[in-house]
Amino acid sequence: MTKHHVETTVNGNEVEFLCATEQTLLDVLRDELYLTGSKEGCSSGDCGACSVMLDGRLVCACLVLGVEAQGRKVETIEGMASGDTLHPLQQTFLEHAALQCGICTPGILVAAKALLERNADPSETEVRFWLAGNLCRCTGYDKIVRAVLDTAAQMRGATSKSGKAAKKAVTEGA
Amino acid sequence: MLAGKPECIATQYTSSNTHREGKTLEMDYQTPTSAEDAAGLLSKDGAHVLAGGTDLLVKLRAGMVAPKLVVDLKDVPRLRGIENDSQGWRVGAATPCAEIGEHAAFAAAWPGVVESLELIGSTQIQGRATLGGNLCNASPAADTVPALIAAGAVCEVVGVKGQREVPVEQIVTAPGQNSLARGEFVLGFRLPNPPARAGDAYLRFIPRTEMDIAVVGAGVALALDAKGVCTHARVGLGAVAPTPLLVGDGAKALIGTKVDGGALKALAAAASAACNPIDDKRGTVAYRIKVAGVLARRAAGIAYERATSRK
Ligand code: FES
Ligand code: FES
Repeated sequence: MTKHHVETTVNGNEVEFLCATEQTLLDVLRDELYLTGSKEGCSSGDCGACSVMLDGRLVCACLVLGVEAQGRKVETIEGMASGDTLHPLQQTFLEHAALQCGICTPGILVAAKALLERNADPSETEVRFWLAGNLCRCTGYDKIVRAVLDTAAQMRGATSKSGKAAKKAVTEGA
Repeated sequence: MLAGKPECIATQYTSSNTHREGKTLEMDYQTPTSAEDAAGLLSKDGAHVLAGGTDLLVKLRAGMVAPKLVVDLKDVPRLRGIENDSQGWRVGAATPCAEIGEHAAFAAAWPGVVESLELIGSTQIQGRATLGGNLCNASPAADTVPALIAAGAVCEVVGVKGQREVPVEQIVTAPGQNSLARGEFVLGFRLPNPPARAGDAYLRFIPRTEMDIAVVGAGVALALDAKGVCTHARVGLGAVAPTPLLVGDGAKALIGTKVDGGALKALAAAASAACNPIDDKRGTVAYRIKVAGVLARRAAGIAYERATSRK
């Protein structure tokens, strides 16, 4: 049996790869496309370390087959910063020291970004429920939750002040 | 099967290149674009259905299944999407749960069904998990099934011989077993338009707040007449028997009453009496029987509130 030839879009780039049916999207991202930012914690959908966006929907890459990516849009942690400018979530995670070993961090950032895109002003409870599928064995979650809430506040400030200057101040100063 | 083939077990831990040498793991993958083609492919020896993949991929990785062919149903017309007309609601069986929860009009019509699907796994899991998968995987503890049973949902089952309609409560026959014939799959779910003064609710008990499997789940749907008397009720229970249950005596306890204290007590007794649970790490038999009554009573209370506040 030959491998499947898959054409898809990853972080805005058109890519193609060959994969066997049993290879997951996570296997493909890490082993075929060398995008090793998405992590493998459990491979059973329990830890969220492999979180990616598939056609705008937050999913576990370990629970998607690589072949299913045909013709679809995949976004990973590698696409989160623009050039050298970190996404506000990434910057705030650094400032809050919201990571220790860092294994859970890419998945949590991808998941938190998905939350803030649909809810600019989440409550602490909403953040905790949204991230319930992202396990962290190091931080105790508190710093993570604070960093997400703080980023949300910054991003709201940036958009409500409308001017470019305010936006710039947040990205640079945050 | 994987058992007894050590070279295949080993492929779980090795790279994709070594994968290619493990012959028995070679799986084909097809994306049929019509229900007839899907049924034809699923009739083949060793075919396995793929919808959201949240159960199948875990089983593949664990070596619990070794299909020769994975049939991805998501390109079959009408397997995805939510429709409504004067006949009622239709939800495609492979619509991701997150998409259903975001459908404001459906969530307003069937809040209990939406509560149940928003309890499946995590945000990430709900981005992929489907009603068809949750039902056909046939876990006694599947969250959406008691809520769908309470809602009176009917499945459109398609196979090589055509289509038939099957009430949700007739799909699961035993843990991990369903009543679908080879080649059959669930195309969609039909739910009625709830009448005026109707409401539904689903409650689940787990030892923590998220990411666990039901110890008990209870769904109740009911409708009231203009005087507040219950004219219709359905009660579904999960995780308290080998299959999710339709509790006929629970409905009888409510119909003809004003869903007052006495009726709710009778409902709780009927729900507890219907249980045939197991002891496991999540709960004992006695505990599950007790909690089933409590949850059914509380879910009926919420459904009643919704029925009285609905215009
Ligand atoms: S690796 Fe995908 S959820 Fe853990
Ligand atoms: S920082 Fe180590 S698991 Fe989260």
